Amino acid sequence: MDFEIPDNYRFTGDHEWTEDNGDGTVTVGISHHAQDALGDIVFVELPALGAVVEREEDFGVVESVKTVSDLYAPVSGEVVEINEELEDAPELVNESPYDRGWIVRIQMSDAEELSDLMDADGYQSFLSE
Amino acid sequence: MSESSETKKVPLHERHVEQGARMVPFAGYSMPVKYGKIKEEHRSVRTSAGLFDVSHMGRVEVRGPEAIDAVNRLMTNDVTALTDGRAIYTVMCNEQGGIIDDLVIYRLGEDRLLLCINAANRQRDIAHIGAALTGGVEMEDQSDQTVQIAIQGPKAEEILAKIADTDLESIKFFRCRKADVAGVSTLVARTGYTGEDGFELYLPVDGGEEVFDALLDAGGDELTLCGLGCRDTLRLEAGLLLHGQDIDESTNPLEAGLGWLVKFDAKGDFIGRQALEEVRQQGTSRKLRGFVLQGRGVLRPGYDLQIEGEAVGRVTSGGYAPTLEASIGLGYIDREFADADTVDIILRRRSVSAKVVDPPFYKRSK
Repeated sequence: MDFEIPDNYRFTGDHEWTEDNGDGTVTVGISHHAQDALGDIVFVELPALGAVVEREEDFGVVESVKTVSDLYAPVSGEVVEINEELEDAPELVNESPYDRGWIVRIQMSDAEELSDLMDADGYQSFLSE
Repeated sequence: MSESSETKKVPLHERHVEQGARMVPFAGYSMPVKYGKIKEEHRSVRTSAGLFDVSHMGRVEVRGPEAIDAVNRLMTNDVTALTDGRAIYTVMCNEQGGIIDDLVIYRLGEDRLLLCINAANRQRDIAHIGAALTGGVEMEDQSDQTVQIAIQGPKAEEILAKIADTDLESIKFFRCRKADVAGVSTLVARTGYTGEDGFELYLPVDGGEEVFDALLDAGGDELTLCGLGCRDTLRLEAGLLLHGQDIDESTNPLEAGLGWLVKFDAKGDFIGRQALEEVRQQGTSRKLRGFVLQGRGVLRPGYDLQIEGEAVGRVTSGGYAPTLEASIGLGYIDREFADADTVDIILRRRSVSAKVVDPPFYKRSK
């Protein structure tokens, strides 16, 4: 199956995406592939605003009808915005994983970490492995 | 189990793939977990009708003049109370009273029973039953020669009636009858695992596609193909237990709320009787109860139960209940806390309060 992968996003091996906002922050969500694998999402546990996250550490949970999955921070930094819309409409992660289903915005403590993530091509080949 | 060489295909495999199912390994079989969205499949069964291939279940016939007595000694429920065309739900215990499996037994004739057993327990069950059978009683594993299709939901009867050559209305709950369905000789039983009205069909493999296609055709927009995903959410709402999760050989029927299946008075000796009598006299050390989460999150098997910080039990089944739009679960609470009204459940990093209830969580309106 082919999954949508936006060109300008970068990805982790745990299927989180980041979009560089160009102001030292990144927006974070889960990929089209990830939401499809999870199925109907019924709950997203968001971190607190201002929470400090470490790269590769879990910062939240996505629950689907079928299963539960941890969210891992793609970069280190501080959570400066959370998608409060997900509290009432977790299905946005299914319906619009790269846009309205975004999860948090992180103020990066080390922007260099971004370059360790896969670009769209890299993620595409990662998925086909 | 994830090795494709080790997963068996069900006879209707090609149909599932054609219909866009997501296939997953389950109990040694590649099975459809969903065709579309689990929530929508679930809703269809509650409001209209759903079609399930449950051919992974084990189907075993026991035959012979003493078949009923022989099987009766293995079961806690009273198999001798059955008459032709009737079914019972029962558990089969070990000598310690632990549950080897839960199953439905259909009486096909005075010397013939059909046992529908859990897929994952098939080999264990067959060994256990086989060892207990004496001369003149024979057992035949028909799992590979038959398919089992469930049609469940308020419109199940209306849809099945279009292609079944029998009066379905007269097949009451937990009864069965042999009838032609789409021209295929089928055992039609009013049983299921969803909490809705509906039927399970047992038929030979070579008639499987015929019946499957005819049902889809007869059902049209009112019948939705359903996978194992919603089968699990449906059974959980209905408070139906899952062997391997809620019950197993380390649990006994009395603590699992299945005491109604143990006929101490109506039957003579049966395997596990002595152990279960002791449990009955002493009282169970824990009790299966239901939980409705009061905060946000989803209950999952293995989550700990606490009361005032003290560990009092564990969740055995949990999930999101689409009909109730809530998170529900089943699990065992230690005896001294079994009547508590609320309990704290540890969801990974949070403690969330849950209401303690007696299952079922959902009961269909008659």
